[in-house]
Amino acid sequence: MNWFTRKRSAESAKERLQLVLVHDRTDLTPAQLEALKDDLLKAISRYIDIDPDAVQIGLERDGRSQRLVADIPLRSVSRHRAG
Amino acid sequence: MTAQVITVTSGKGGVGKTTAVANLATALAADGRKVVCIDGDIGLRNLDVIMGLENRIVYDIVDVIEGRCKLKQAMIRDKHYPDLYLIPAAQTRDKNAVSPSDMIRICKDLRPDTDFVIIDSPAGIERGFRNAIAAADRVLVVTNPEVSAVRDADRVVGILEAEEKGTPALILNRLNPTLVRNNDMLSAEDVLDLLGIKLIGIVPEDESVIIGSNRGAPVVTDPKSRAGRAFRNIAKRIQGQDVPFMDLDQQSGLWGAIQKLTGRK
Repeated sequence: MNWFTRKRSAESAKERLQLVLVHDRTDLTPAQLEALKDDLLKAISRYIDIDPDAVQIGLERDGRSQRLVADIPLRSVSRHRAG
Repeated sequence: MTAQVITVTSGKGGVGKTTAVANLATALAADGRKVVCIDGDIGLRNLDVIMGLENRIVYDIVDVIEGRCKLKQAMIRDKHYPDLYLIPAAQTRDKNAVSPSDMIRICKDLRPDTDFVIIDSPAGIERGFRNAIAAADRVLVVTNPEVSAVRDADRVVGILEAEEKGTPALILNRLNPTLVRNNDMLSAEDVLDLLGIKLIGIVPEDESVIIGSNRGAPVVTDPKSRAGRAFRNIAKRIQGQDVPFMDLDQQSGLWGAIQKLTGRK
């Protein structure tokens, strides 16, 4: 890698640690998180119409606490009303 | 007086726990405090050599626990500070020779006529670590600005919180300001952001630490050592003083002058 264009290593260290620490703290593997997302989407889909491709679910850090943040856009229900 | 018991731990080995204990204890003694340090690393004792007291050991902490000597007999007086003592670890035993309640009892006996008891925890998160934190009023976590050390420090912080030992304060050891400046080392801000705990001191990487260990003389006794100054500042903060953090970015000597002139940071 070119010395001038390479990404500085401190940045890689921080990004990698951010991910590792979230999983260490929650004792949740990336695979388990995927399974959790699938289950959540299935449960929500039973009640409302959602767009599975637009869903964003992930773990975020806030100081020493973690939160599961989900952004789940709902599909418009106007066509149901019209019908 | 009633002592404050401070445990120094880290998760990962080799980040500078023992060096930190020797330096903080010596700095506190230099400030006129009565200090007892305890080597909690049963079977792998090292605090004695770092403090230069290895030739004076007669009894160790396991002798105290098993009743072969009185607590006072296992307290080795420092060569330079008459109010600084070391209780060495046993070298030929393992960590199961000590229990958390043994540590609590020893610290209880030390508390009435000591200002600070400083416990050097072994690496890891097992029995020796549990022993070391059992009596702690306050825990300091030592780490280096490296991925493995920070990850292990985070585990330890999590365990301390789960054990209701409170949130520990961080000693960031062996920071290399040049590497940080070139964005090739995690900065203090990065590490604090990742760990989410408060800082009690940053110790720059400094050759004088190795020279001090070679001689069995902690660097806080060297007025010119930058690491020594950093440890002296941490000792002041432990005593409740508000000491500003050192400017580690300053360059010294000819190269520093050239860098300043050319505007290179």
